[in-house]
Amino acid sequence: MTATVAPPVSPTIDPAPIERTFPPPWMRKVGTISLNVYAGLGLLYLFIPIFVIVIFSFNQPKGRFNIVWQEFTLANWKDPFAIPELVDAFKLSLEIAAISTGVALVFGGLIALALTRYRFRGNAFVNLFLVLPLTTPEIVLGASLASLFIAQGTDRGFLTILIAHVMFCVSFVALTVKARLRGFDWSLEDAAMDLGAGPMRTFTKVTFPLMIPGLLAAAMLSFALSLDDFIITLFNAGTEVTFPLYIFGVRQRAIPPQINVLATTVLVVSVALLIIGTVAGRMRERSRTSPH
Amino acid sequence: MAGTARQGTKRGRFAPYGLLSPGVIWLILFFMVPVMVLFRTSLSDRPNRFVPNALNFSWNFSNYTDALSQYGEQFQRSFVYAAAATIACFAIGYPLAYVIAFRGGRYRNLLLGLVVIPFFTTFLIRTLAWKTILADEGFVVQTLRDLGILAANGRLLATPLAVIGGLTYNFLPFMILPIYVSLEKIDRNLVDAAKDLYATPARAFWRVVFPLSLPGVFAGTLLTFIPACGDFINAAFLGSPQTTMIGNVVQNQFLVQLDYPTAAALSFTLMIIITVAVLIYAKVLGTEDIA
Repeated sequence: MTATVAPPVSPTIDPAPIERTFPPPWMRKVGTISLNVYAGLGLLYLFIPIFVIVIFSFNQPKGRFNIVWQEFTLANWKDPFAIPELVDAFKLSLEIAAISTGVALVFGGLIALALTRYRFRGNAFVNLFLVLPLTTPEIVLGASLASLFIAQGTDRGFLTILIAHVMFCVSFVALTVKARLRGFDWSLEDAAMDLGAGPMRTFTKVTFPLMIPGLLAAAMLSFALSLDDFIITLFNAGTEVTFPLYIFGVRQRAIPPQINVLATTVLVVSVALLIIGTVAGRMRERSRTSPH
Repeated sequence: MAGTARQGTKRGRFAPYGLLSPGVIWLILFFMVPVMVLFRTSLSDRPNRFVPNALNFSWNFSNYTDALSQYGEQFQRSFVYAAAATIACFAIGYPLAYVIAFRGGRYRNLLLGLVVIPFFTTFLIRTLAWKTILADEGFVVQTLRDLGILAANGRLLATPLAVIGGLTYNFLPFMILPIYVSLEKIDRNLVDAAKDLYATPARAFWRVVFPLSLPGVFAGTLLTFIPACGDFINAAFLGSPQTTMIGNVVQNQFLVQLDYPTAAALSFTLMIIITVAVLIYAKVLGTEDIA
């Protein structure tokens, strides 16, 4: 050890490095590099099918199945709405995602507010209850909801898809917003009230702005989940056809390249939103930390 | 943690219940009640030629015994495939989450974004893309055949490996994200302290970092294993009739055969097995915190 009696030095100087004999530096380096390479390969693995989806949106398929590479074309991108059923399905999915996200944001946001802001009886029970739909396989959720509609004699269609989507989005929204509100100092509200703000003004000027980042994250998550949901929707759609249901139904007969075009579009839009969100968050943070 | 998180919380008599009620009532009506209806359906008379869809409740437990004896194989396969996929997700996901959390530096959020981005394309399309990649006439199979890893007529599609691979791919972010969250929370000083006390990096990892990341591992394995158990898309797209999982059976019984009692009995059994497995797992790992 090199712990010789050192004269008192200024605290900015690092303490004497401790000698470590094992593992030797070269071994550490090899370990570090190989772990990074392994993680890099993992990240690459995540993108393999994405490359395929994007590349095949530029394919000119021979026949009805866009699964073997033939030749490059921009035709699919010039005519993304060539298949009316696909367009209808995509529109329906967007509509359902928008409405169910809106409803789930209100319901889930209120639950998160209740759970973080108040102490009350049954708190733990509600927390558990929120997690249950997430730890139940989708096929069970779908089959049980469909059983209810069948037992009630309700025709399955637009409304039942909406009911199902709100159901699984509420939990995600509540948990996401709750995680963001945890540790928030609620006495800020009292301060606003002490300064003469009414309950309404306190909510719009203090509480709600603080909930916005959580609500935005939850809205993106909820929208993506709804747009992508297949299993629960399949059980409760009746004759309605959403985007995933269209792909499922058509896949034995044809896989048109327009599917890839729309999928790529969704991907590009989500990436753009993600980037905008990150940049906006960073700018807000910077303006908050920098002295004015 | 609880002490600081409680700052300024109010004791509410009516307000919290008022805020909770719309969402909670929705969940009771469209989650809890349906599960009870599912249980009831699972004990009803099965449809036959004379009464196609009567759904008479009759404590018909034979639905369960029949379903289990007939589809035991699919149940077993579902759990084996889901377990294999969960282990594979852990093997790929933990190191990736670790590198992002500990070595990502200022690129951490960017890297995390990269993990999530692939999942903004529809689940079904991603799985179809894997079907293209693994196809017999595809590049991967041809290369493996040329290298002699696969036999001259060897396939990847329609094998258990393809189904497990598909499950692994589709549920990987559910493993990575919770592990990342728990790794990111770890106080770096603890790791430095261990190293100052002459722990090798490996020992510091196993004695300090890994135990502290267990809540994330717990949540991640559940969020991977549970949906994988009930999935039928990967088996339908990438598998063969020899690789059907319980989800395929439920889907077929419910939506094609319209045999609701059998489908309900199978789903209910799946739910019970998963719940018991989760409780045992929670006991072993000693965590209650899922969310």
